[in-house]
Amino acid sequence: MTGKLGLDPVLVSRARELARRAGQPVVDLARSHTTVSVERAVLRLAGVSGADPDGIPWVNRLVDAVVADVGLGHGVAVPVFDALAREGVSDVTLLAQKAAAGSVRFGVPSGKAATAARRAARKAVAAGVRQIDRRRAERDRLVKRHGDPKQRPWIYLIVATGDIYEDIPQAQAAARAGADVIAVIRSTGQSLLDYVPEGATREGFAGTYATQENFRLMRAALDETSRELGRYVRLTNYASGLCMPEMATLAGLERLDMMLNDSMYGILFRDINPIRTFVDQRFSRQVHARAGIIINTGEDNYLTTADAVDEAHTVTVSQLLNEFFAHEAGLSDGLLGLGHAFEINPDVPESFRLELAHALLARELFPDAPLKWMPPTKHMTGDVFRGNLLDGFFNLVGTMTGQGILLVGMMTEAVVTPWLSDRDVALQNVRYVLGAAGGLHEDFVPAPGGFIQQRAHRVLGEAVELLERIGEQSLLTAIAEGTFGIMKRPADRGKGLDGVARHEGDYFNPATEILEQPA
Amino acid sequence: MSERGKSVVRPYGDTTGDGMVQVSFTLPVPHDKRAEGAAVQLANRMGMDPAMLVHAKPIGDGFTFFVVYGRVNHLVDLEKVQVVERDFPLLSAKEVNAVVKQRMRRKLSVVGACIGTDAHTVGIDAILNVKGIAGEKGLEYYRELRVSNLGAQVSVPELVEAARKEKADAVLVSQVVTQRDAHLHNTREMSAAFREAMPAGKRPLLIVGGPRFDETMTGELGVDRIFGRGTTPGEVASYLVHALITSRRASS
Repeated sequence: MTGKLGLDPVLVSRARELARRAGQPVVDLARSHTTVSVERAVLRLAGVSGADPDGIPWVNRLVDAVVADVGLGHGVAVPVFDALAREGVSDVTLLAQKAAAGSVRFGVPSGKAATAARRAARKAVAAGVRQIDRRRAERDRLVKRHGDPKQRPWIYLIVATGDIYEDIPQAQAAARAGADVIAVIRSTGQSLLDYVPEGATREGFAGTYATQENFRLMRAALDETSRELGRYVRLTNYASGLCMPEMATLAGLERLDMMLNDSMYGILFRDINPIRTFVDQRFSRQVHARAGIIINTGEDNYLTTADAVDEAHTVTVSQLLNEFFAHEAGLSDGLLGLGHAFEINPDVPESFRLELAHALLARELFPDAPLKWMPPTKHMTGDVFRGNLLDGFFNLVGTMTGQGILLVGMMTEAVVTPWLSDRDVALQNVRYVLGAAGGLHEDFVPAPGGFIQQRAHRVLGEAVELLERIGEQSLLTAIAEGTFGIMKRPADRGKGLDGVARHEGDYFNPATEILEQPA
Repeated sequence: MSERGKSVVRPYGDTTGDGMVQVSFTLPVPHDKRAEGAAVQLANRMGMDPAMLVHAKPIGDGFTFFVVYGRVNHLVDLEKVQVVERDFPLLSAKEVNAVVKQRMRRKLSVVGACIGTDAHTVGIDAILNVKGIAGEKGLEYYRELRVSNLGAQVSVPELVEAARKEKADAVLVSQVVTQRDAHLHNTREMSAAFREAMPAGKRPLLIVGGPRFDETMTGELGVDRIFGRGTTPGEVASYLVHALITSRRASS
């Protein structure tokens, strides 16, 4: 009876309850484990910065040194701040340098020494969190001053040259041409690096390395452009892969506005260990919540490997799981850029109506989330003329179903990285559709009991069935058995497993403590 | 001319022999009369005469986008067309799966790694990870392939052992670092180790890939195939099917 699809509210709340039941054991797992990347993020908040002459960050060297002496399970905060007091060193980065040279031994203190180390660690990390708070307030101020985009959906464009100094003018030109959100694609394979590269970078593979300095440079350039345009231009990067918690932290420190951050993408598509991913994901989402960063989830990826009609319900299931994990980590609905995509084979009869049904289902299930609407990629060919038409229909679904963030489709998808003219043609397409049909969602009400309603009900029904099956075993088993996106990912395998540890009884993480306090 | 008959053709607009083509391009100049003249001049130099400028639009700061229609004066001689034939057919994922399923009646086992000190898994991951590259899914995506990706800095003995354990039909090795020809030394060491450890006929297919390899050096390096820059997972999968199944029709 609610909304345009007449979804059964009982079934909708059952779907949420099932997602909670499937997700809760994973949350418990995340709360009882830590990872090297979570601990490195804690050190970054505590002020450790820079890298050794080989480019390995001091946070990596310091965590490795602590792990070698006392293991990971106590957390690194207490051993590090205990050593800091014992050595009489004032600066944590200096301690990291000494530790890397082998001149510091780490221990797990007890009694007064432990209490003092905890206090010192909490103080240092709190300063980092305060910096994130300042950056968030700064964003609020700038949005108030320059304003949000006039229209919804926000227009999201990608740049990716590999060279940050090339990316900057391209991003500024894209913003002037109408982009509200700029995403800088990362270099291929960065997600599998177990450290965050340092400094400004000028070479990448099909993308630009995500580094704190690159974040800073691009944000500063877009601030300039925001001033010029009288519209706050948002910046996006990726909190995914083995360094997810650190990426989230750096994004918070440098006032990025959106981060790609999916709960299962790394497991399924990058073969990262499931436990590592869920632990990292929870911490990174807590940071995003604190920083006011909108997360973008990656459901579009399922549809590039599986059939977009047959597997439509796996998108809904993943959205519900992502929502549960996000809420649990403290993210509000306004920060949930849940993903979905226009990937049905255009040769399927009524493909456009099916797309409308799926997109509207997401809209009605998550009414307050700024949904991220992703363009066709799988059925884009070298036929750029047909591709442009397909992108037009994609834009039309986006506006008819009130999507929040629209990633601009390129007619040269799968042909070349977008040329200046490709981007212009693509933006013209978006402007035309939003200009000609921007208010169509007001009139668009699918016929009761008609094709679109029936399709949406069916997908929701299938999603509930799948969630029931997952609930009977567990999410980890479901992932191990290949329920999502056909990949089988057992919990005891995958990359980054050796960087995971169960909490010892005295595990201490000042960042989690601060982030879990009611604000 | 006339003796060649129909082997000489021109582009076709709406009449045989009209030579009409359409092109679009961007020039790094602001849109004005001179920019339009420049576009026509470029079209003329490309062999379009007359060239009709049908669309000119400023895009960004100091750039103009053009669409030009016109007649080209070039001819194409079909008899002189030279194409480099791939020595194996390019198959879709579905076709690869179907051939493996029907002809092998088991999963085709692939073991991949970066060997030596090379920590650049970009190449092997692009070929093996589901994520793939350039819109193509990696080999993990193929239902009938069993993929084991050992990751970076794998030693040659480890690789040989993994290949034995996984009963590998093919071993894929990626090498990016080329300092002091490390990629060549590592590859030779790898192929020698396989020759030593396994008799011919029991050895897996040895494939190396990387941006700096010369694709003709297979004999010298002791491997079955070399893939260079820009290789996609689909090409590798098609080659595997060709080398392990379809070209081995005789043996059974």
